[in-house]
Amino acid sequence: MSILGNRVLRREDPKFLTVGGTYVADLALPGSVHVTFVRSSMAHARVVSVDSTNAQAMAGVLAVYTNDDLGMAKFPTVMGMTNEAMAPPMLASGTVRYVGEPIAVIVAESREIAEDALEQVVVEYDPLKVVIDPVKARTDEDLLFPDAGTNTSFSLDFGGDETLFDDCDVVVELALVNQRVAPCPLEVRSAAARMAEDGRLEFNSSTQAPHGVRDALATFLGLEPDQVHVVTPDVGGGFGAKAMVYPEDIVVGWCAQKLGRPVRWTETRSESMLGLGHGRAQVQHVRIGGTREGVVQAYRIEVLQDSGAYAGFGTVLPFMTRVMTSGPYKIPKAECASVSVVTNSTPTTAYRGAGRPEATAAIERIMDVFAREIDMDPAELRRRNLIGKDDFPYTTPTETVYDVGDYHRALDLALEVAGYDDLRAEQARRRATGDLRQLGIGLSCYVEITNGLPDGEFGAVEVRPDGKVIVRTGTSPHGQGHVTAWSMLVAEQLGVAIDDIEVVHGDTDIVPRGAGTMGSRSLQIGGAAVNQAAVDVVEKAKDLAADLLEADREDIVLNKANGHFHVVGTPAVSRSWAELAETAAKDGNPLFAEVDLASPGPTFPFGTHISVVEVDTETGKVNLLRHIAVDDAGRIISPLLAEGQVHGGIAQGVAQALLEEVVYDLEGNPLTSTLADYSFISAAELPSYETRFTETPTPVNALGAKGIGESGTIGSTPAVHNAVCDAVAHLGVRHIDMPTTPIRVWNAINDAATGDGSAKGGR
Amino acid sequence: MIPASFDYVRVGSADEAIGLLSEHGEGAKLLAGGHSLLPLMKLRLAQPALLVDIGPLRELSYVTEEKDYLAVGALTRHHDIATSALTLSSVPLLAHVAGQIGDPQVRHRGTIGGSICHGDPASDLPAVLLALGATFVARGPNGQREIDAKDFFVSFFEVALTPDELLVEIRVPWPRDALWGFEKLTKRAQDWAIVGAVAVRSGNSVGVGLINMGPVPLRSSAVEAAVLSGANAAEAAQFAAGGTEPSADFNGSVAYRQHVARVLVRRALEKAGV
Repeated sequence: MSILGNRVLRREDPKFLTVGGTYVADLALPGSVHVTFVRSSMAHARVVSVDSTNAQAMAGVLAVYTNDDLGMAKFPTVMGMTNEAMAPPMLASGTVRYVGEPIAVIVAESREIAEDALEQVVVEYDPLKVVIDPVKARTDEDLLFPDAGTNTSFSLDFGGDETLFDDCDVVVELALVNQRVAPCPLEVRSAAARMAEDGRLEFNSSTQAPHGVRDALATFLGLEPDQVHVVTPDVGGGFGAKAMVYPEDIVVGWCAQKLGRPVRWTETRSESMLGLGHGRAQVQHVRIGGTREGVVQAYRIEVLQDSGAYAGFGTVLPFMTRVMTSGPYKIPKAECASVSVVTNSTPTTAYRGAGRPEATAAIERIMDVFAREIDMDPAELRRRNLIGKDDFPYTTPTETVYDVGDYHRALDLALEVAGYDDLRAEQARRRATGDLRQLGIGLSCYVEITNGLPDGEFGAVEVRPDGKVIVRTGTSPHGQGHVTAWSMLVAEQLGVAIDDIEVVHGDTDIVPRGAGTMGSRSLQIGGAAVNQAAVDVVEKAKDLAADLLEADREDIVLNKANGHFHVVGTPAVSRSWAELAETAAKDGNPLFAEVDLASPGPTFPFGTHISVVEVDTETGKVNLLRHIAVDDAGRIISPLLAEGQVHGGIAQGVAQALLEEVVYDLEGNPLTSTLADYSFISAAELPSYETRFTETPTPVNALGAKGIGESGTIGSTPAVHNAVCDAVAHLGVRHIDMPTTPIRVWNAINDAATGDGSAKGGR
Repeated sequence: MIPASFDYVRVGSADEAIGLLSEHGEGAKLLAGGHSLLPLMKLRLAQPALLVDIGPLRELSYVTEEKDYLAVGALTRHHDIATSALTLSSVPLLAHVAGQIGDPQVRHRGTIGGSICHGDPASDLPAVLLALGATFVARGPNGQREIDAKDFFVSFFEVALTPDELLVEIRVPWPRDALWGFEKLTKRAQDWAIVGAVAVRSGNSVGVGLINMGPVPLRSSAVEAAVLSGANAAEAAQFAAGGTEPSADFNGSVAYRQHVARVLVRRALEKAGV
């Protein structure tokens, strides 16, 4: 009997539920000093002067440094694709470009002293024109980087086929905003650095990618990678925004080097809302065409991506949007063009889905608009256009190759679980009676790319003479449950108890290599590497067992029920893992295997989400009644962890559809820099989800598994969004931009009632 | 998110607190549940020189029934009011409202007195107590005085207490046959109301209160007069926005808030049997 596919309880949880985790800020670091950052209060200004005289004179203040003191290079371009002139400096250099940009760093004996000193640093600004709207930024009227001569940070233009829609009977268009959101991990950014006794830099980081942090520190601080030791203790969430290194991390390392004292930094929530990268932030224009019978023939999306103030990872999100342009549909002709621009706002970055939710949001929204245009049920329109299960591998018009899927099965199951026909009947009843609370039903069929980056992953398995198994992985979990899942994989191969397995991650001295955890890659590449290492260690053990049992190697079998090796047919004479490990140790050749697994390529999970909402047509308030999620991530190793990913993903997707938005005023002042103003979702806003999995194993990797980390977000957002728009469609509302807050929904209803058919429900 | 430095005294009696307030004047602030004051201090929007912690004064945490009113100690926490058998049976509206403030953490720390004295027009309790015609009892160096709810809320975050006074009790009249309705529109359950409305009706009296429709919590006398002259809920609610000056922000324009006020007042009146 296999342990895989069972609801094994999370091995991580007893600690979190009793004594709690240990985060960077919890680490004892005797003799440490604290840093805090002087941050810009202006969105765009020349920095005339930074006067820290009074701060430096305060008791307990060690130093105040600006970018000139650091003398470090700027960050490099992203994958060589972004405009070089727009790379971020460590600290602001001459010009500040967003509220919250670090200008100087204060080092003090305590955090409290550092905060007091902050009030004593006087920054004199010479204001410059603020560019906050990406549409305006694209006109290049006011420039963030005059030397660059443009605000464009990156662009992608494929196709441009003038005849794309020529054969279509029906063509509809939609302009929509995929709004800027804040990732809001419960643990904010935090780092602690010290020069260790051996002269190396020891750096504790709240990150998704410890080896990336190690390499960046080495590069910027002029060290060799082996002179830097990065450790990640427990990490309280990242959602993509902690996949990259931030200037503050480097500055903390620099301060430890410079002062020879342990240095620690933990940002406040208000700082985090400005300093941690934001997600999404696309303005989209989409066009779809097809026949009146509901055959979609052509689709084009134009993306305007907001980079924020510098060209960081967010700048290249449209690259991933392009990959997923045509979604789960068989559309003969599809194109994606994009332009990324800088604006005076927090730089954008990866956030749960990173470019793919934006693609899904666009096509799923316009599928509904198209369905309405030809008066067809949106489920039926989708059914007619989904890629068939016999069409795989399927190459899309934007040259993405989908591995495998059964998209119709997911749609049918979701409709069945939802009781779709009954829901439509109830909706019709409420519409007929003019109920003040209208029902909305929204669908989203999605497909997305996981393990989309080319990195491979490291995995190692060692059996010790005491029978314990040590697993090392290059992935860096921060809530995902790799300790449990990797234990299951190794227990399955070795036939040992899960409790005898220890999984080690997030220490660059113990784990030599690793790409980290992001992009829904971990199981299919990191888990697969560990699985392969386990297979290899079994093979090694068979060699040892053959010697000890004086038998032919080909006759040795592993009894996975008890973890003993024996000669086939004579189980009474056997050797345990511990015995073999002891023999191996005596030979000076530990029972150990390590693997650097090259990426076999991406996989494409898919599914259908259906959301049911009730809209109070008098106030515009939306109440989410039900959310049905059918997801297919290939073979499910741990249903418990997979469900957990779907649950969390749905919550974040619902949040974007209904509530969350980072808002700036026209002067670039953030209006949502606390969790009182930023509508972070809570359990009270969410119903119990109805989740189902279908399992279509992928041939791409040995586990048959696809990623599940981001599907919940990608699938849920358009379903909820479509449900809200559906609830008021009969009132003449064509579209409402996210988040569908009460004021926006009410404005849309009101505009429709007063005859403005293009009602979009702006503020 | 780190407050400026301050002195801190944990008092053993109400008189000790009043003495410290008299001595330190505007520089001193009372600390009760801390759910309004401490966030302001963390953002350094408030920097009191002295915090007078009245948390130990458990004698100010109670719900008792007097002849004409329910007496609630100023330090009674929202959770205790929401779950008190006495509140539930004698002024169920108050229990209902207290049970919807913020989230469970807020309700277990925040106090009725703190909520009132903070003077935030977006808070629920002030408008409700206004509609109920409550009386507030304040104690100062020269003894106690009673303040009508209608005279208590002076302007935005400003109430009628002098710097050396301590609110000790809230007296809530409640006719036995009263019907009521309470409606608030929020984006999230834990949020302050975008707009809220309360209606209480008993025999020939009616009280209608509005949350977040101006610099102070409001009592809508025009709606009350309409009800008393025989208007139905929908008719009376048309007067709800008259004279209001709500703020505009990304949660709602002035026109939207005024519209919602009319909707919520109508619904509250309907629930109150109008």
